[in-house]
Amino acid sequence: MSNDNIILPSAASLSTLSIADNPKSGFGYNPSLGPLSNTITPESSNILLNRKTLSLTPTSGNSIYDKNVNNKKINEINLSSLSFLFCEAVNWTHRNSKGIQDLETRLNGLGYQVGQRFLELIKLREGVKSSKREIKIIDILRFIHGTFWKSIFGKTANELEKSQDASNEYMIIDNVPLVSKFISIPKDYGNLNCSAFMAGIIEGALDSSSFHANVTAHSAPIDGVPLRTVFLIKFDEQLVIRESLRFN
Amino acid sequence: MTSYYFSIIGTRDNPVYEFEFSSFKNSLAMSTSTSVPGKSQFSASIKEMLPFISNSSLDIIEDAQWTTNLFYLGKIDSFYGLLVNAFITQGNIKFVLCYDVSNGTTQKYDDSSIKQFFIEANDLYVKCLLNPFYSVNDAIVSPDFDLRLKLIAKKYL
Repeated sequence: MSNDNIILPSAASLSTLSIADNPKSGFGYNPSLGPLSNTITPESSNILLNRKTLSLTPTSGNSIYDKNVNNKKINEINLSSLSFLFCEAVNWTHRNSKGIQDLETRLNGLGYQVGQRFLELIKLREGVKSSKREIKIIDILRFIHGTFWKSIFGKTANELEKSQDASNEYMIIDNVPLVSKFISIPKDYGNLNCSAFMAGIIEGALDSSSFHANVTAHSAPIDGVPLRTVFLIKFDEQLVIRESLRFN
Repeated sequence: MTSYYFSIIGTRDNPVYEFEFSSFKNSLAMSTSTSVPGKSQFSASIKEMLPFISNSSLDIIEDAQWTTNLFYLGKIDSFYGLLVNAFITQGNIKFVLCYDVSNGTTQKYDDSSIKQFFIEANDLYVKCLLNPFYSVNDAIVSPDFDLRLKLIAKKYL
C-alpha cells in the first residue's frame, strides 16, 4: 500500500487529505497526520502571541467563526420566500424519486440534517450555563415540542401525546405545519404529506441526542383544521428498557 | 508548564479534531529558553499514549452522560498524573482535555477556566457544524477553526 492510500478515519465529504498534505501555514488539522499536523511551531506561536491577522482561506476575512450565532433575537424570514424555497425542494425531490414512499423518505432525509444542526445551535443559544442536556425521553420530547419548535417555526407545537397502544410511541401534533401551509396534495398522490421534511428534522434531533427513533408525518384533519398533522415518533424498543433501567 | 491534549470525539468514537499544546501563560518570561511558547512538552512515550488515554475515558463519559444533565462533566479520569476533563454536547459530541499537573506545580490549574475553554470550543464547533459542507462526524480540517481554537486555548489555558 502506498502512502496515498492511508485510510482516513472520517473525512467522507472531503477530497482526501493524504499524509503528505502538511498544512503550510501551520494551521489546520489533518486527520491522517493527527496532532502532528497542527502542532505549535515557532511561526504559529508567534502569530498567536502577537495577534497577527492572517488570511488562511479565501473567506477568512468574513468567516462564520467571527460571527455571533448566539443572539437571542430571532431573525425572521419572509414566509413566502420560505414557501418558494420549500416548494422548489419538494419539486426537486419529486423529480428524483421513484414513488410516494421514496419522496417522503427523501424529504425526511433533507430534514434530518437540519435537525442535527439545529439541535446544537438551539442548545448553544439557550446558553450553556442556564440550559441542561436532555437525558430523559419525556424531557427531550418536551424540549422539541416547546423550545425547539418555537425557534424553528415561531410557535410551539399544538399537542404532545403518548400513544395508548404502544409504550414507545409518542405524537407531536401541529395544526398548521409551517412548510406545507400552501401545499395541496393532488388526489392521486394518496396520503403523501410534505411535512415529512419536518418529521425528518425531529428525527435528526432525536437521533443525535441518542434517542433513536423513527418519525413519520400523517395528515389527520379534523373539523376546521384541514392541515392538522400528526408526527408519529416511534422510539427503539431498547430505549424504553434503557430508560427504565436508568431512572427507576 | 502544563501541557494539554485536546480532542473532539464524534458519535461513533471517531476523532474529529485533535490539538496538542501547552499553557501560554508565563511563556513570555520563559521565551529566553530555546523552547517555543505553547509547544506541548509531553514526553515521547506519553505523546503516543494520549489518544488512548482520552479514548479510554469515553466509557466514564458515557456513564456520566446519563447521570447528570450538565454539559461540563468536570474532571472524570486520571492516568499516571494526567488528568482528564470532559464536556459533552446535546448531539453527543465529546470534548476531552488531557493535561499533566505533575511537572511545573507552580501553575495552579483552574477548573472554571477549563470550563470556559470548553464553552467557547463548543461555540466554535456549532459554527463549524452550520457549514453545509460539513456533516456530523467529519474531521474538522478548516485552518480557520484551528486558528480560532488555538486563540481560545491561549486565552484560557
